[in-house]
Amino acid sequence: MEADSVGVVTPECAEFNEPFKMENGAMLPYFQLMYETYGELNADRTNAVLICHALSGHHHAAGYHDADDRRTLGWWDNCIGPGKPIDTNDFYVVALNNIGGCHGSTGPTSNNPEINEPYGSDFPQVTVGDWVNSQARFADYLGIESFAAVIGGSLGGMQAMQWAIDYPDRVRNALLIACAPNLSAQNIAFNEIARQAILKDRNFNEGRYLAAASKPMDGLGTARMLGHVTYLSADGMELKFGGDVKSDDAADYYDVVGEVTSYLQYNGQKFAGMFDANTYLLMTHALDQFDPARSFDNDLVEALKKATARFLVISFTTDWRFAPERSREIVDALISAGCDVSYADIESLSGHDSFLLEIPRYHRILTSYMKQISESLAT
Amino acid sequence: MKQADDIIIDLVNPNARVLDLGCGDGDLLCRLRQTKSVTGYGVEIEHNRIEGCLARGVNVIEHDIDAGLERFPTNSFDIVIMNETLQAISEPRTLVREMLRIGEECIVTFPNFAYWQCRKQLFFGGRMPVSKHLPNEWYDTPNIHLCTIHDFDTMCASENVRVISRYVFNHNGRETIATKMFRNVLGVTAFYRLGRPS
Repeated sequence: MEADSVGVVTPECAEFNEPFKMENGAMLPYFQLMYETYGELNADRTNAVLICHALSGHHHAAGYHDADDRRTLGWWDNCIGPGKPIDTNDFYVVALNNIGGCHGSTGPTSNNPEINEPYGSDFPQVTVGDWVNSQARFADYLGIESFAAVIGGSLGGMQAMQWAIDYPDRVRNALLIACAPNLSAQNIAFNEIARQAILKDRNFNEGRYLAAASKPMDGLGTARMLGHVTYLSADGMELKFGGDVKSDDAADYYDVVGEVTSYLQYNGQKFAGMFDANTYLLMTHALDQFDPARSFDNDLVEALKKATARFLVISFTTDWRFAPERSREIVDALISAGCDVSYADIESLSGHDSFLLEIPRYHRILTSYMKQISESLAT
Repeated sequence: MKQADDIIIDLVNPNARVLDLGCGDGDLLCRLRQTKSVTGYGVEIEHNRIEGCLARGVNVIEHDIDAGLERFPTNSFDIVIMNETLQAISEPRTLVREMLRIGEECIVTFPNFAYWQCRKQLFFGGRMPVSKHLPNEWYDTPNIHLCTIHDFDTMCASENVRVISRYVFNHNGRETIATKMFRNVLGVTAFYRLGRPS
């Protein structure tokens, strides 16, 4: 195993028996959160960092579940570990699976105590605000009064932003990576097509497929294929699939067709085998509804005036799902709100997916910022 | 000996909201924060300088000044600083206008191209001046809009910009009676504090 790995980690489960009221009024009588931690909490309990996951993420952010199986590597392992940008020598890093998820936290595949069956499509619609509220309960559980940093990419960045607005005293730094202040009409349209693919799958069965023998694999797979393409860039795909072959040879053309087809189908099927369709519906709806300005007369500046955290905003040049202009909207609103903010736009060919990749400049930016936080803890 | 930054720090009011265009590694903003309790942001495009700012906890926005400053609202800062960057800007006059739209006042510093050493190199050597303050050859210099103190005064007059104060450094980083009298010959670096037309 690499020297800068957090090593083999074991997920833990936090249980909450106090009812949890959701923003749409629904009540969860009980919920649990799967989580992992890396590094040590310091004596003052000031070095905790919360990692918020994106659409398809979960609590396993770093290290291995099985030392001999590289496939069990955490989703953000290149960024979290001893000597890595989010340095576990300096920070106590906490990653969790959000409610509504399908990796062990309470969600559509969990048992609904009222009917003693899985929630399925009856699971209440979660919002980014619900996630942040449940994460705040989780912070209480861990005995963490305030986070040195709340960090997330994409939908995770939206949680970090919501944290800074809803719990200003509990977040000292918010890192918003490849994020947006709300969804564009185009973003929502893509999400709707993905949902329709799931809803129209004949095995979806109004969301009650868990009791039946077959799951809406085709619909979920198609939804993922569509989503996946929006995470890549046109140039990045050209590079990946050898589309630069400019010959008239029909065989070359079919190579590209074949490669794109098999790549997408492989990814769609793999995802459909691991993920829950109801969770996918919930997560995309939560994305669509995200707009912290809404409760402030659609004024993002007013919303951000509540925040006292320092912000780092990062975008990627070829990200067209949450394009750099969307990050700049956040930055400009933060400046107008008088918040401390820094911003970097990272050159990358990899589109929205860049936030998960080990891009040297991106990681240097994170490292510089995080080091400064850890130095301020020491003084 | 006073450094250029010391002059700028003297010119900034305590607790001001500052925008520093071309902020480098954030040294000036860091000192302004410590000595004048200012708040604000640096604007920079060079990658390693942005990392330098982050490492010392200075707010830095990656942005190309040549792309314009429309994103910064009118009257959003007390003072906008541009230290030794004006001569590398594609439209310096527009930029000064923009700085005075965004900020109540601005501070601009630039190398004086009419400094006698520059004149000497051009007159006797017949070549574009190269010095400690202008270290690049003509073909690889970022300084595309060099000007003299007279030139800058003329622009300020034609733009109706109010010159609140002006300092001129000689080669020793000092302002003397001589540099005050013959600033366009003896001045190496000029510091202007500018305001909107009164």
